[in-house]
Amino acid sequence: MIDAFTQLSYVVATALFILALHWMNDPKTARRGVYGGVAAMVVAILATWAQPQVIVHHVWIVLAIALGFIVGWPLSRVPLTAVPQRTALSHSFGGLAAGLVGTAEYFLWLGGARANLTPFRMTAIIAEIILGFLTFTGSLMAAGKLQEIRWIPQRPVTFPLQNAVNIGLLLLAAILGAALVLNPAAAWSATAFLSIIGLALLFGVLLIIPIGGADMPTVISILNSYAGLSAVAMGFVLDNKLLITAGALDGSSGLILSIIMCKAMNRSFANVLFGAFGKVEPAKTGGGQKAYKTETIEGAAQLLEQASLVVIVPGYGMAVAQAQHKVRELYDQLKKRGITVRFAIHPVAGRMPGHMNVLLAEADIPYTDLVEMEEINPDMPQCDVALVVGANDVVNPAARSDKTSPIYGMPIVDADKARTVLAVKRSKNPGFAGIDNELYFSDRTWMLFGDAKAVIGELVKQLSGGSGMH
Amino acid sequence: MSGRQIARWMAPLIVAVAAGAAQAQGPGGPPPVTTVPPAGTETAPLDYWSMLFVFMLATFIGVGVIRRVSRLLHTPLMSLTNAISAIAVVGSIIVTGSDHPLHIRILGAIALFASMTNIVSGFLITDRMLKMFKGDGGRK
Repeated sequence: MIDAFTQLSYVVATALFILALHWMNDPKTARRGVYGGVAAMVVAILATWAQPQVIVHHVWIVLAIALGFIVGWPLSRVPLTAVPQRTALSHSFGGLAAGLVGTAEYFLWLGGARANLTPFRMTAIIAEIILGFLTFTGSLMAAGKLQEIRWIPQRPVTFPLQNAVNIGLLLLAAILGAALVLNPAAAWSATAFLSIIGLALLFGVLLIIPIGGADMPTVISILNSYAGLSAVAMGFVLDNKLLITAGALDGSSGLILSIIMCKAMNRSFANVLFGAFGKVEPAKTGGGQKAYKTETIEGAAQLLEQASLVVIVPGYGMAVAQAQHKVRELYDQLKKRGITVRFAIHPVAGRMPGHMNVLLAEADIPYTDLVEMEEINPDMPQCDVALVVGANDVVNPAARSDKTSPIYGMPIVDADKARTVLAVKRSKNPGFAGIDNELYFSDRTWMLFGDAKAVIGELVKQLSGGSGMH
Repeated sequence: MSGRQIARWMAPLIVAVAAGAAQAQGPGGPPPVTTVPPAGTETAPLDYWSMLFVFMLATFIGVGVIRRVSRLLHTPLMSLTNAISAIAVVGSIIVTGSDHPLHIRILGAIALFASMTNIVSGFLITDRMLKMFKGDGGRK
């Protein structure tokens, strides 16, 4: 009876999860998705809690849940520029939970009902702990890199035979796993199990250290997928179909996002994970004849005022400088003059999928003016001014023309096709990938050097007719 | 959304539920116990095939639904699926609350804490982000 109730609740929760994701397909219904998800989660938790075997240690459950609230609440209040870190951190929590439950189940059965350790279950447990623990350390490293914690190197770290070592580790874990599936309760089994955990933890770290910031959107998506798959494996271990469906939804979401990110960079999964992007040859800086042309704030303001279509191309630099609110003021100023303003959003701009959209939405820019790269590119030749704010590789024309460039073939926002380009850039250094950007040397491009927030702020002052220019 | 749309993406779900129900009924007799058996007692025969079946269908449904999510919302999508995959909370509750040895329950409690953190922060931040997305008419 109680079991039928539990299963029925799980069916309801599954349907609600699917509906929740379905509602996300439109910003108008998206918030309903959150409510659907919360409802599903509450149903699932209560139904599980009500099961007869879970009657012994309510205090533990209540304490752990309370602690989850205490830590979870501040984590949901982080500034939106820190959302990539928070997301990576929550992937690591998800991986940790799966890994720990897998470990607990294994030792529980090892200490008692050994007959439960069937080959199928053991395979699922091994998959669960490998995925769980590698997601745990991998995502922690990713979060550390995104947060720019000092002792985690930002630049990709590489060493000889890196890929051989990584694959070797994973292979070793798989061999130990296979041995455990065949002998789940031998004298050495517990040691082998713990070794697999150690290997997975180490593998997670090694997987992330060679990855540079520009690849973070893909890596976060892949880790998202792993976190989901570890929940699926837990479902196989516990014979719980709700875990399998919800985990599979998360896994497929991560998979789709990874595919979109990879396509947006014209790279394969393997290339992202094993390619160590950032250490490419430090670009051929084309001798001395290449020179930037800088523009004054007044000149730039004039250019903007005379435009009828302005396309703003935001990038990670806008997030770093927290310039989104100033960008919105600029947007308002231009709109007031009857100028059409659009934002060109490259799928991998920023550090996670959709990063720019969230920042601009925070600044109160209507999402109808946020346009995807594929949609805006045909309009770029009609664009009077393309204002590049802290974006670099995603507007680098070398991706179209220069076969030797590491980003060759990557789809870009065609900022170079606009009549004029204004590029706001913090310094004269090349972008994250260490590649020179021809766009900045084009005869249609004018540079505005400085912190994005300060430069855009000056532009706004100039346009609003106030004082405050140099 | 139109009725046809609903039908289009509900169809696989209905198949999944029907298949699950058919499996659960089994040939004669009451449905088998599908939750984890209490430690040290019987060994429930696992129904691998229906689990793999559910996994396969859920993956296809997931791909179908998520492909349609607006690119605008990919960041909230990720935090939402994050909260959803914290369904691991279900496994953690079973491990923590049952009458298991202390060290097992400690592992379970840490897992429960980690999943609960994801649930709370995941849903809250998703809602916080979604609140910010306004259409043309939504601005003051």
